[in-house]
Amino acid sequence: MLGYILRRILMMIPTLIIISMLVFTIVELPPGDYFESYVQELRALGETADLQEIEQLKARYGFDQPAPVRYVHWVLGMLHGDFGYSFEYRMPVNEVVGDRLWLTMVVSFVTILFTWALAFPIGLYSATRQYSWGDYGLTFLGLMGIAVPHFMMAIIMMYFANIWFGTSIGHLMDLQYLNQPMSWDKFRSILAHLWIPVIIIGTAGTAGMARRLRANLLDELNKPYVTTARAKGLSPTRTTLKYPLRMALNFFISDIGSILPSIISGAEVTAIILSLETTGPMLIKALQSQDMYLAGSFLMYLAFLTVIGVLVSDIALTLLDPRIRLQGRKSR
Amino acid sequence: MTLKLGPPGAPLPHYVSDIVFDPAVEPGSQQATGTAEASQLRMMWLKFRRHRLAVVSAVFLAVMYASLLITEFLAPYALDSRDIDAIYAPPQRVHLFDQGRFVGPFVYGQTMELDMVRLQRIYTDDPADVQRLRFFCRGDGYDFWGLVPADLHLVCPAEGGRLSLLGTDRLGRDVFSRILYGARISLTIGLLGTLISFGLGIVIGGIAGYRGGWFDTGMQRMIEVLQSIPSIPLWMTLAAIIPVSWSPILVYVGITVILGMLDWTGQARAVRSKLFALREEDYVLAAELMGARAPRIIGRHLVPGFMSHLIASASLSVPGMILGETALTFLGLGLRPPVTSWGILLTEARGINIIAVYPWLLWPMLPVVLVILAFNFMGDGLRDAADPYR
Repeated sequence: MLGYILRRILMMIPTLIIISMLVFTIVELPPGDYFESYVQELRALGETADLQEIEQLKARYGFDQPAPVRYVHWVLGMLHGDFGYSFEYRMPVNEVVGDRLWLTMVVSFVTILFTWALAFPIGLYSATRQYSWGDYGLTFLGLMGIAVPHFMMAIIMMYFANIWFGTSIGHLMDLQYLNQPMSWDKFRSILAHLWIPVIIIGTAGTAGMARRLRANLLDELNKPYVTTARAKGLSPTRTTLKYPLRMALNFFISDIGSILPSIISGAEVTAIILSLETTGPMLIKALQSQDMYLAGSFLMYLAFLTVIGVLVSDIALTLLDPRIRLQGRKSR
Repeated sequence: MTLKLGPPGAPLPHYVSDIVFDPAVEPGSQQATGTAEASQLRMMWLKFRRHRLAVVSAVFLAVMYASLLITEFLAPYALDSRDIDAIYAPPQRVHLFDQGRFVGPFVYGQTMELDMVRLQRIYTDDPADVQRLRFFCRGDGYDFWGLVPADLHLVCPAEGGRLSLLGTDRLGRDVFSRILYGARISLTIGLLGTLISFGLGIVIGGIAGYRGGWFDTGMQRMIEVLQSIPSIPLWMTLAAIIPVSWSPILVYVGITVILGMLDWTGQARAVRSKLFALREEDYVLAAELMGARAPRIIGRHLVPGFMSHLIASASLSVPGMILGETALTFLGLGLRPPVTSWGILLTEARGINIIAVYPWLLWPMLPVVLVILAFNFMGDGLRDAADPYR
């Protein structure tokens, strides 16, 4: 097992190198760069650009050099913890991200808790009482969460939250608390706003998860060992919880890989609509304005988390399911 | 079978059952009910039919997809026709009776006045203006399938009248017609994208899961790389590569391929992990000993084993793509007008003021929701039917 983990960690290195190349390509691929669009924007506004400052920045970040050189610079910088400079915000990437990171984590953690708290009981109930009215009702309710596009749900909920509860439109807190230090009032204001994104982002995840749990549980519940356990006199609840549920959970575990980065990035589209102060809209904006260090470094960070997540889920999977083998084919 | 008994003590009459005895058949078994001879396909059909919601959904989807073939005929207006006298007009109700007199289906004409305080167009029904609908009538001209010029419609407004069942938008275009035209793009994008992602996922995941070894390792790395980059930036870049000069149709193909190419990884991973567990089963060993090769073992023995899971996720994948298109379009990266898809319609309906003032522009949500629900229910039914021996 230890050897396996070590090997996997070694394998992460080429993976991360490939990812870094891919990320760099993604950020570089759209034609033009930040400075071009910036100068154009200023010209359109009738202002003169401070060309000297731009030249300085360009030289400092090697925009006059060919792409491979810049790539090496960028990667070497990241290894030293220097994630580059955000041209849009005029400060180092670390500081730009830092502000938004914890709010994103709060939103995402609450969302994941919400998802799990709902998905487990719903999935269990639906699987054990297949085709009952409860099953249909819960499935339908969950499916509505999948079926309504997020951005529409966000707009509609924002509107009604404003009309019914007087919650201010958009943002994670009332506007006067933006950029304020943490206080009790700010905390309360965040709580009052938090539930909208949590419900919007969470419902779809809940439905998907409950559905997969139901499907997997149904696969397991029909296996002979369940009949055996029942025949031996184990109560239905205990049977379900002890064996089939454990097997059906494999999918939850392989989800860890995708959960980790989503904790950090949050649901971008919903966040854009609700203008949340999370990292999702920041990333999209950076990509659109080709603020390449901000976009690139943040993407790299997310990618790194995913790789870790996949590793963790694979290890957990092998520990929990003895049927899964690590090395090639079993020799017979 | 009842038997009359004589008085107590009398000898029982001799009895022979006239049912033909077949030692292989137990009474009440599958064979006795006739399902044993049924082919697997028939079994699946029988099982699928029992899931009523799934059948209803399948029929609904079949109707939706069939309607794509004759969209031009079904829509009251052509895609590009607009009525500048009816901008942001609310939906008209179809009536049958006018002041107690039967007229047949008709709508009242609307008169518009400007509310100069709220800067809003106010439409009111004009009860004197009865506009009978016409059926199988000549209306806006169109090119059927882009080829044959025609002007036949299922339903048209009265001569000189207007028919906007779901209202009109900011350019005075009929929302109902646009929803019908949008279905053409949105429904096919989901299907084609899923086909692409499924083909890739099953083949790549199948080989990786069965072979293991270096191919598996390579695939795993590639999937990891693709999955570890959040999908929206990938979309954004890929969509940014699509040249602006491309025709709308090419953009549509491009978006479909993008959606498909980014979706296969999850499928491949699921196939692989299922195969990992299944390939240790005895029947695989048996098939191997009998000389079956890998493609046969995967295709004939292993894939049917987790078909149900594949179908369940396919049913989730199509609506995922339809929603993906709406999200992409919403971010301004997907389809662009003049192409009309549900994503475009919803994007035009965003904004708080729309909900408050022109709520009928939200109608395109209804087909999106219905289609996605239907795909999910049908997928559920298929999933249960895929494994009929239960």
